[in-house]
Amino acid sequence: MSAKYMLTVEDVSKTYDGFKAITDLTFYLFEGELRTVIGPNGAGKSTFFDLITGRAKPDKGKIEFGFDTDLTELNEYEINRLGIGRKFQTPSVFTEHTVFNNLVLSLKGSRGVFASLFNRLSSTDRDRIDELLKLIRLDGKRGWKAGQLAHGEKQWLEIGMLLAQDPKILLVDEPAAGMTDEETHRTGELLISLAGKHSIVVIEHDMTFVKQIARDGQVTVLHQGRVLCEGKFDAVQANPKVREVYLGRGKTHK
Amino acid sequence: MSSLSTRHKAELIAVGLIALFFIVIFPLLNAHGLVSDFTINLWGKYLCYALLAISVDLLWGYTGLLSLGQALFFSLGGYMMGMYLMRMIGDLGQYHKPIPDFLVFLGWTELPKFWKPFDSFPFAFSLILLLPGLLALVFGFLAFRSRIKGVYFSILTQALTYGASLMFFRNDMLMGGNNGFTDFKFILGHDLRQPATQRGLFIVTAVVLLLVYASLRLLSHTKFGLVQRAIRDGENRVLFSGYATAHFKLFIFVVAALIASIGGALYVPQVGIINPSEMTPDKSLEAVVWCAVGGRGTLVGPILGAIGVNSLKSWASRAAPDYWLVILGGLFVVVVLLLPGGIVSIPARLKAFAQRFRRPPEVAAVAAAPAPTPVVSESKPSV
Repeated sequence: MSAKYMLTVEDVSKTYDGFKAITDLTFYLFEGELRTVIGPNGAGKSTFFDLITGRAKPDKGKIEFGFDTDLTELNEYEINRLGIGRKFQTPSVFTEHTVFNNLVLSLKGSRGVFASLFNRLSSTDRDRIDELLKLIRLDGKRGWKAGQLAHGEKQWLEIGMLLAQDPKILLVDEPAAGMTDEETHRTGELLISLAGKHSIVVIEHDMTFVKQIARDGQVTVLHQGRVLCEGKFDAVQANPKVREVYLGRGKTHK
Repeated sequence: MSSLSTRHKAELIAVGLIALFFIVIFPLLNAHGLVSDFTINLWGKYLCYALLAISVDLLWGYTGLLSLGQALFFSLGGYMMGMYLMRMIGDLGQYHKPIPDFLVFLGWTELPKFWKPFDSFPFAFSLILLLPGLLALVFGFLAFRSRIKGVYFSILTQALTYGASLMFFRNDMLMGGNNGFTDFKFILGHDLRQPATQRGLFIVTAVVLLLVYASLRLLSHTKFGLVQRAIRDGENRVLFSGYATAHFKLFIFVVAALIASIGGALYVPQVGIINPSEMTPDKSLEAVVWCAVGGRGTLVGPILGAIGVNSLKSWASRAAPDYWLVILGGLFVVVVLLLPGGIVSIPARLKAFAQRFRRPPEVAAVAAAPAPTPVVSESKPSV
């Protein structure tokens, strides 16, 4: 492939108190790609994000941003500043701040203590926030406290906060959790529209949603901390191994 | 957002009037004998406690860091001021020697080296800022770098103040042991036993409190203030938004230590004594109670709490001296269970209560559900 690597994960392992969360994982993300990662509970999906974003350090293996930036040496905020944004599984927004201020805090810009004492919002910043508010359909609720939003709206706000950082890579953990079917569909459309400009990894359980966003892109199936298989959605869905570990039991899970 | 600006205007006017009363009118009444020297001295003490309470709230209410050792910084400021005041006694002590009485008692004939610079007020003043500031910087750096949070942070701060109190209790620390410092005579050439000096100290305390209040009000409107409260409500999100949260926490920890220290430095000449019992963990816990009672996460709350609880304490120590700790504990339990927002939340609660009766039943039922209403937050974007 001629496309540029955005993220290189090679032979990565991570053990927690003897539990192998990730074992010899290898994963490549190309520029502008929208990748979906599925897998049953405990497959290591969230640990995978923890390792990329610096929340956890791998026991072994290589994690690089682009070609040359070693992420295993950096901590969370340094990795974020490189342009890797993460959306958590449970919506994590600043509940006591207004929707507007949630975006103010997320806007790309200086992050230092002293800079924050004298920071002023420029008109460009305001325009950017207005634009984002329209995109995440919270324009009418900019003065609301984020804690008062409905669950789905919080998810959207968090996606908006990610976009405010203008990241190169978006790591999105179960964006559709707790959303209505219509909201889920709209979230899918939003993610599809962002692909190309950003490189995106989406962890998801909801197979209808996965089908919607995967289109003819790659789907990675994790199982017990390893990549079980990788391929187009239909191929993955038809794979008997996948059916056995995940899809077949999908009804007993959620 | 005109409602916001009117609310701010109202706050500005209220604070201005209260400041005018305490800085000008109250001392004038005292000068004319309408307010007793005892009363003004007592209120001076309350205002010092208010500074301590604000420093607790800045960490606990605004940043989510429950420090149980804030009285340590208060006491250190007090001790630095106390060392200067001890030197100003000159040879007017019991032993009529040019060194502090407790040193004579310990068999010293000359002043220990580290005491010497405290003859100078500027030196003592700079240490009032430097010593607690540096201690907070080093302790905070280690604690926040190791990501010590929640109850572990609280326990560590408590251990720190307990350790310090044990140190100061020792006579060979040469800081007066368990008696500490007392019998002060002069500050900057003024006789501390004169009502005019005490009145002056009261005015200075009130001005300092006003300045601290105004600065922190400004701070809460900056982006720093937004980050600070965001750390309280979701530190992970802040960290994963590219902010080095440890740096922000360290900054505010040092600022809080400085505020407490200045409070302590003003406290000592007004109360006339400083000893290690001010550093014991229960003093810091008391300050947490003031904060909770007044209303944490606000600037007015800790001030009201410090004044309110200590007025109650002054009354109880005369009316029912044996029951003060029971009253204090009971107050804390009542506030936590029934009034989590503290005294400052009472007007809003009464308003909500009154509205429930004014509305027709079916509307009231809707209102009882958590109906989201647009809230104009006090946290304006940094404009």
